[in-house]
Amino acid sequence: MKCHRPRVGPGRPFSSCWRPVPAAWRARAGEMLQEESDLSLLIAQIVQKLKGSNLYAQLERQAWASLQRPEIRLESLKEDIKEFFKISGWEKKLQNAVYSELNVYPLPSHPAAPPEHLKEPLVYMRKAQGSWEKRILKSLNSMCTELSIPLARKRPVGQQKELLNKWNEMGTDEPDLSLFRPVYAPKDFLEVLINLRNPNYENGDSLSFRTHLGLIQVPLKVKDIPELKECFVELGLNIGQLGIDDSTQVPPEFFENEHVRIGQKVLAEQDSAAAQQYIRQGSPTALRAELWALILNISSQPEDLLYYEQLKTNVIQHDLLVDSLIYKDVKLTASNDDYYFVFEDYLYQVLLCFSRDTSVLGHFAYNSASPPKSYIRGKLGLEEYAVFYPPNGVIPFHGFSMYVAPLCFLYHEPYKLYQTFREMYVRFFFRLHSISSHPSGIVSLCLLFETLLQTYLPQLFYHLREIGAQPLRISFKWMVRAFSGYLATDQLLLLWDRILGYNSLEVLAVLAAAVFAFRAVNLMEVTSLAAAEAVLADLSTLKVMPLLQIFLFATVT
Amino acid sequence: MAGKVKWVTDIEKSVLINNFEKRGWVQVTESEDWNFYWMSVQTIRNVFSVETGYRLSDDQIVNHFPNHYELTRKDLMVKNIKRYRKELEKEGSPLAEKDENGKYLYLDFVPVTYMLPADYNLFVEEFRKSPSSTWIMKPCGKAQGKGIFLINKLSQIKKWSRDSKTSSFVSQSTKEAYVISLYINNPLLIGGRKFDLRLYVLVSTYRPLRCYMYKLGFCRFCTVKYTPSTSELDNMFVHLTNVAIQKHGEDYNHIHGGKWTVSNLRLYLESTRGREVTSKLFDEIHWIIVQSLKAVAPVMNNDKHCFECYGYDIIIDDKLKPWLIEVNASPSLTSSTANDRILKYNLINDTLNIAVPNGEIPDCKWNKAPPKEVLGNYEILYDEELAQGDGADRELRSRSGQTPGPKGGRSRDTGRTVLTTWK
Repeated sequence: MKCHRPRVGPGRPFSSCWRPVPAAWRARAGEMLQEESDLSLLIAQIVQKLKGSNLYAQLERQAWASLQRPEIRLESLKEDIKEFFKISGWEKKLQNAVYSELNVYPLPSHPAAPPEHLKEPLVYMRKAQGSWEKRILKSLNSMCTELSIPLARKRPVGQQKELLNKWNEMGTDEPDLSLFRPVYAPKDFLEVLINLRNPNYENGDSLSFRTHLGLIQVPLKVKDIPELKECFVELGLNIGQLGIDDSTQVPPEFFENEHVRIGQKVLAEQDSAAAQQYIRQGSPTALRAELWALILNISSQPEDLLYYEQLKTNVIQHDLLVDSLIYKDVKLTASNDDYYFVFEDYLYQVLLCFSRDTSVLGHFAYNSASPPKSYIRGKLGLEEYAVFYPPNGVIPFHGFSMYVAPLCFLYHEPYKLYQTFREMYVRFFFRLHSISSHPSGIVSLCLLFETLLQTYLPQLFYHLREIGAQPLRISFKWMVRAFSGYLATDQLLLLWDRILGYNSLEVLAVLAAAVFAFRAVNLMEVTSLAAAEAVLADLSTLKVMPLLQIFLFATVT
Repeated sequence: MAGKVKWVTDIEKSVLINNFEKRGWVQVTESEDWNFYWMSVQTIRNVFSVETGYRLSDDQIVNHFPNHYELTRKDLMVKNIKRYRKELEKEGSPLAEKDENGKYLYLDFVPVTYMLPADYNLFVEEFRKSPSSTWIMKPCGKAQGKGIFLINKLSQIKKWSRDSKTSSFVSQSTKEAYVISLYINNPLLIGGRKFDLRLYVLVSTYRPLRCYMYKLGFCRFCTVKYTPSTSELDNMFVHLTNVAIQKHGEDYNHIHGGKWTVSNLRLYLESTRGREVTSKLFDEIHWIIVQSLKAVAPVMNNDKHCFECYGYDIIIDDKLKPWLIEVNASPSLTSSTANDRILKYNLINDTLNIAVPNGEIPDCKWNKAPPKEVLGNYEILYDEELAQGDGADRELRSRSGQTPGPKGGRSRDTGRTVLTTWK
């Protein structure tokens, strides 16, 4: 990667060499220089991040070790080592790491932008997230005080031993959880989003056909169907899809066999970017576990197992209040689920460790949320005695464990399951329960959903609104959970394939709209919110890909 | 068009009665003229017994074969399979091929089993070969996990040895007869729990053999984590998957009932173990079901008034090898959860559609070859007529990459046998 460092700062391209240059050229050159400087900033940022990583240390070691090899000559040292990296597959690993960073980290906006802007550029959103966090924390603290349970305590040695013995079957433990309530449920969060307002925006009092009739009243830009079609071009009618073209009526020679073959090739090449492109058409069941690991750039090294074991030790030694919240959540949701009840014990093993994983704190750099701070007893307000609580800064809410449950179908070693979940969380799931203007954030998804419905199914939308059944009230819980627990597992995995493939959660909003479109006839006949809920109560028979395809590519626009 | 079908049953279950009523059939009593009788196994004994039995007329159908116990009693099933294997070996069939240890390559699907007290000495010999193994004792004539226990010491079954020595000429009443089988102590675990498979198989005739497999089988999970530890041998919640037992466990959940669909199992295995081994597993499961039916076909009274829907119990070990545990003549029609009720209702519905074509008054002389459309959730498992009609001998167990095993309900069925590509 060559980087060309311009010797002028952004915003002042040609001041030092004034010539009569056509305006268009000047503008384009300005763009290019801006891009160049963006690029160099980005490169610098990525290099900075990777320097601290394990991969860097490994590359260094490999480079040193390669000096022994006969093909490495002193005269052409740099070229030869580069060549060696290419052949041995290390260059590919580096590529995958860079690609991963590009996917996860937002582009730097402006070198002078303060770090809050990376979290969330809009002030009113930041403020709203801040007050929501205060509320959550207050709720947590009051529960703490009511029940006189400390936020954290060290376990006595006897209890530690007991927990270690029971590590694989924590589900059989029946602590009294009746007094614990989830800190919040999705519907509480929805109320907050409904009340979000941009103080700089005044759209006047008069209603027009442009007025947004939904619950979300903030002016964020969302895509319409033509734009979505461009974005999700691989879901088009002419392109083979798993979830459609692998059904019983279609002979596998048409698409499936070739697709599987290509998938195996992608895995053999170990190329993240190729895998991400490939999975847009869906992943074959047998390849999915490896493909997701490749896309998320997870390679299970011995260090990862050790790290997980370390987290497990933390769980054994200290008891956190959030542990009870996790227990309660699993018992209320996954334990009762037809698909996931089998994996109950894995969920504890993953979520309890997750709460203690301080590496998760890194994602708050680009998450509008901030980790709650707590102070050592008696040292309130003193920054030196501040700790993040829970250690990973994430307070679970009702349904949180459902983010992990579907992954249990793919990985049966706890540490692999753990790694995958953690990566999925810091890339995608966090956006579903924090207030931000990001296109994959829950606010944008809600707005996208409502806009799609209002624009393309106006009659349905209007009817539901009239009977007091705002569609978002029904679809919100689907989107917050990324449909986990609502769809059949094989369908859910096909949906999450596309989330990974497009590195975006927008497909959740599109699916939600497609579900309404599918059940439109029945919905037009209902006369209450409860009846509408009943029509949409059971999504377990839905086939996700045909719904998406028809909605995007066969709807009259 | 004749009148409405008259039905009788001595099993008061809503999934049955609702199905009869929705077809507009008329309920009658046993003493009246009936066309369709869904009977319990006690009743079938009476109908076909030498003393109290009576002849069935052409327009009467019952849901059991007269001597179904050849398959459904644990000791007779094993006896018939052993006999079948020996016969194949004698005629030099490649199916009976053995490996270097003397184990059947293709027909080793029942765990080593002995009848007690009859085979006690043989059992002791086997037990001493691997004294650390665990064995499971099952009463021959009972169901729902009743009377089952595990042993790992000869002393625990002394009772049968004493009896065997002193009363070798006294015929044991069927109540006291037990089978003892090598316990599969390495079952495949999912989420750390043991499970077994319950599959429904409908047999409409044994000669020619025509059987159907219900696509919607399910897995029954134990509520407690599995451990082969000897201290837990007495804990039936760890070892026995019968719902009748598990539902008394502390952790039994009434929403999902500890049950998984077979398609979930398939998804899990394909995702974690790969496509080939999963397809192979399911192919093997079909194979062992068909072989078990073939084993009893020669001794089965192929009464044309009969059909039967069996509940097959299969356990998969951690090497992904399926084992046939037993076959139930009267699989439970009790519903433990809402999903269960729907499944069993549909099972009976599809069964009736095949056994009583068009829901009309049956004529037992019909050819028992229903058209493809009425199969519902059943798939043809094996059709001897079609298989033989194909002419040239097929390969024994052809497993080409294109083998169409059931894939969550998938079947490239063009009216021919699809689940088996062997004869």
